[in-house]
Amino acid sequence: MDPRTAGGEPVNSALDWLFNPDHWSGPTGIPTRILEHLGYTALTVVIAAAIAVPIGAIIGHTGRGTFLIAGLSNGLRALPELGLLTLLVLLTYVGLLPVVISLVILALPPILAGTYAGVRNVDRAVVDAAQGMGMRGSTVLWKVELPNALPLILGGIRSATLQVIATATIAAYVALGGLGRFVIDGNNAGAGSPDGYPQMAAGAIVIAVLALVVEGVLEVVQRLAVSPGLRNAATRKRTSRIWRKPTPELVGKST
Amino acid sequence: MNVDWPWPWLPRNVDKIAEATGEHLYLALLPVLFGLIVSIPLGWAASRWPAVRLVLVPLAGVLYTIPSLALITLVPLLIGTKIIDPLNVQVPLAIYTVALLVRSVTDALLAVPGEVTAAATAVGFRPTKRFLSVELPLAIPVIVAGLRVAVVSAMSLTSVGALIGIGGLGELITEGFKRNNAVEMVVAIALILLIALVLDALLLTVGKLITPWTRARQGANR
Repeated sequence: MDPRTAGGEPVNSALDWLFNPDHWSGPTGIPTRILEHLGYTALTVVIAAAIAVPIGAIIGHTGRGTFLIAGLSNGLRALPELGLLTLLVLLTYVGLLPVVISLVILALPPILAGTYAGVRNVDRAVVDAAQGMGMRGSTVLWKVELPNALPLILGGIRSATLQVIATATIAAYVALGGLGRFVIDGNNAGAGSPDGYPQMAAGAIVIAVLALVVEGVLEVVQRLAVSPGLRNAATRKRTSRIWRKPTPELVGKST
Repeated sequence: MNVDWPWPWLPRNVDKIAEATGEHLYLALLPVLFGLIVSIPLGWAASRWPAVRLVLVPLAGVLYTIPSLALITLVPLLIGTKIIDPLNVQVPLAIYTVALLVRSVTDALLAVPGEVTAAATAVGFRPTKRFLSVELPLAIPVIVAGLRVAVVSAMSLTSVGALIGIGGLGELITEGFKRNNAVEMVVAIALILLIALVLDALLLTVGKLITPWTRARQGANR
């Protein structure tokens, strides 16, 4: 029987591949690939946050350059990440840098939008009160607007992280590591090979589980980061609105 | 790396590009249409019964979180398709569309003011007719907003299928990469972007045309 057709057998062979101890050690084992994948993701998100949080905060604080936010997220959502990444590698070289650059481009819009919305949506009365107490612009931004905006900033970072985890699978196609390797290598191994579809499916399961676990962890972090001042009874209603998961239509999906 | 820009490739391959574009549209748009049709009754149920909402909304979140390459790869395992079946790309796209739109539809229906439905009931609308001619039309702007994101995302997501051999214009990207042909890649990327932007503008226009009352309200406010 063709192992790529369904039924009980492919499920079993995928699970056999997944739980085979040989696949859980060494430089091409699942743990190594998970670490590589998380490494690409962390590097990308840190760089993207270092760029997008300050810009988003300044745009939100001053109200200047708002058009950038909507324009960027709409335009970039349509850009096929597979094309961007492979073209960048083709035009430069096979290596980490072009891959990370294309992943950063993908991660910028959600962080920018989250930071902007967070700073912009801070209750005007709170900002007025801070100014009334004699705080200057930058102090208001640091001590009032950013702490209040933290849940939405982290929400933006969370969507960016998940986008990057999904897209980092493509890195394997341009000869890098990460969890995409199992899918690409399995596909190259061809039908009928024991390292063919079973390897692809096992890799896909690990990718899906990793994305869901990271999503769960970041959701908890986001909750813990809400300032205690926003948690008291008087503001609970507003806080619960801030806590709401960003609706998918804000996020989009490109991989 | 030595990059080739073989521009003559373009005029010689118009047929191939057109075929890939057609395949891309077929792969991307059919699932979005299917997802729209499915998500309206699901959203209706979720807006009516909190228990349904409690199950559907988190489930939609989980499904939407799963990376596309993973879902595309797992479809043969789940429904028994062959590895190069177009359904492997279409089923995930339909799932993502439903996951996205179920929330939009639910939120939009929940946002219909109680007095509006009460007024509709008072003038004699039965529940089904009331849903179709009052509540659903009022939800159109939110549904269209969700649909625009779904369509634009689908154009980009479809190309991921090229990694396992099903991808319309995405296959021009992977083929161009393998053959060191930057022209083929740029043409495919530009077409995907262009089609996405055109479809987005089209949906925006249609959405406005079928909800004339939203413009009337804006005019009154001015």
